[in-house]
Amino acid sequence: MWDLDRWQEIGHTLSRHKLRTGLTAFGVFWGIFMLVLLLGAGNSLKQGAIDRFSGNTNTIYIWVGSPTQYAYKGFAKGRRVDWNIDARDMLRKKLEGAEVVVEINELGGWQAEQYIVHNKRSGTFVARGTHPEVALNSGYAPIKGRFVNANDYDQKRKVAVLGAEVYKQIFEPGEDPVGQSIKIAGIHFMIIGVYKSIIASENSRRDDSRILIPNSTLRTAFNQTEYIGSLRIKPKNGVSAVKVEEQALALLKEYHHVHPQDTTAFGYYNTEKNYMKVVALFNGLNAFSWFVALGTLLAGVIGVGNIMLIVVKEKTREIGLRKALGATRGSIVGLIIQEALVITALAGYIGLVAGVAILELFAILLVKFDIPGFGAPSINFTTAITALVLLIISGLLATLLPAHKAAAVNPITALQDD
Amino acid sequence: MISLEGIHKHYTSDSRRLHVLKGVNLSIDDGEMVSIMGSSGSGKSTLLNILGLLDTYDHGAYQLGDTVISAGLSEAKAAQLRNRFIGFVFQSFNLLPFKSALENVALPLYYQKIGRKARNYRAEKLLDMVGLGERTKNMPNELSGGQKQRVAIARALITDPRMILADEPTGALDSATTDDVMTVFKEVHRTGKTIVIVTHEHDIAEQTERLILLKDGQVERE
Repeated sequence: MWDLDRWQEIGHTLSRHKLRTGLTAFGVFWGIFMLVLLLGAGNSLKQGAIDRFSGNTNTIYIWVGSPTQYAYKGFAKGRRVDWNIDARDMLRKKLEGAEVVVEINELGGWQAEQYIVHNKRSGTFVARGTHPEVALNSGYAPIKGRFVNANDYDQKRKVAVLGAEVYKQIFEPGEDPVGQSIKIAGIHFMIIGVYKSIIASENSRRDDSRILIPNSTLRTAFNQTEYIGSLRIKPKNGVSAVKVEEQALALLKEYHHVHPQDTTAFGYYNTEKNYMKVVALFNGLNAFSWFVALGTLLAGVIGVGNIMLIVVKEKTREIGLRKALGATRGSIVGLIIQEALVITALAGYIGLVAGVAILELFAILLVKFDIPGFGAPSINFTTAITALVLLIISGLLATLLPAHKAAAVNPITALQDD
Repeated sequence: MISLEGIHKHYTSDSRRLHVLKGVNLSIDDGEMVSIMGSSGSGKSTLLNILGLLDTYDHGAYQLGDTVISAGLSEAKAAQLRNRFIGFVFQSFNLLPFKSALENVALPLYYQKIGRKARNYRAEKLLDMVGLGERTKNMPNELSGGQKQRVAIARALITDPRMILADEPTGALDSATTDDVMTVFKEVHRTGKTIVIVTHEHDIAEQTERLILLKDGQVERE
């Protein structure tokens, strides 16, 4: 209920000691401000790190590794696994946790560069076979035209998507490449689009220096019908990529007569492991941020409690008079609590707004100066509300002792003349 | 009528039990103006606190008009009864320094949850009655001692109490101002209010209808 008298009294108490009130409020302000900044910065770093996965948070890559370590089922050790497209088909059949199993080939072998020609311009780039499903979570964004689709793949069309760096080197600036032709290792391909890696990282330039063609086309046009370079496996929703990786390796070892204990016959990389490490790291950082900020906030709130104790001491006579005039314990306690809450809530709210404003400013600067490695610094609404609720509860707790002391003031002793 | 019968009060101080009031019997009629005198330690302040419901008694009986005040009166109930039935005037005025004369006078009605407009209306009338109709907006530090005490009297009257308890109301005033304040008390008395003044000044006591002399925790003479 709006009570002008009470607000006037609170205003009077707070304005009577402006410096003291200001410093007390600053403690609370700083606590919530730091909480917002730390959490926002943590979120920015976390998002930056997660963005580097470009959606590949649970993708498994498997390739043929070193020669076998053990003799097994009649095969001598030191044998290099000779796999082909059958391995992919076997996994598609037997690997229950997998949503997608695709093969990835590169023309001429892994990271081998090809001579690419367009009219009178040319360069050497990696030509990689790709799949329509891969585009969705590879962190590529088309900047012209489109990506490889299912029809391209199924019909083994001779179409190509250029990385932005490739486009820059073999086309005139501003020239529309879509519909034009390039020659990859002597075979003509029609350009259907240009992509750019959307993740700013040290690998961006390498990713943008590739030419992507349907892997089905690559295998048939360049005589790699049976050959596979590596496998890319995406688990079904809710299935752990680590488990799927274990199952896939076990199936591949069994299929190629490799000893189950062999650790080098197949190379593998699982983005989920790195992703989980990053998530764990930033969760830790997040917890640390809360710890530091709550500590600061606690100090601020204790400051409020201390100040309210002093306020009660100073107002002993006034409280005694109010009680003599009919004030109940409840009204005295209410007055003290309301005073403390005004300081904590107001200072906390200003801290929250200031923190969010700083985060917004950083977000603008990150975009303006195109600083890589960070996501937009922000805190979510729930976190902000949690922080405010915590603040108000802490403010209430910090005021309990002073309010109790105020309620216990004896009007007889309070009103005694010195 | 206010009546006290066999009121006893003990205090414990430094593990010593002090028997401050030793069976005080007293009755004050409605509309009476009495003064209580006594030397230091006679128990007059304790008696005033019990009369004003600021303190409880150990044994005896206390009746304030139709209301029986029990020995174990709760703090909340005492606050409510004080607010409704008793007006206080203190030696050092006890005005809130950050409130105007009008707001000080209106304060007891705030605890009766009476609206601001109604409070201020009644406060204005009372300030007018005590001769401070032009000073309603003045802050306490802009008023003389006599004016402050008149504000305090107006505050004591605002709840239309059964009894005004004044504790050395002229103790901090010069003789001319004392006369002014006593004139106000007498005017209030003429309206039918019961007034109890605790004083150590004989000339103040002489201006009341009856003097109650306390000695060693008992009424020595009336």
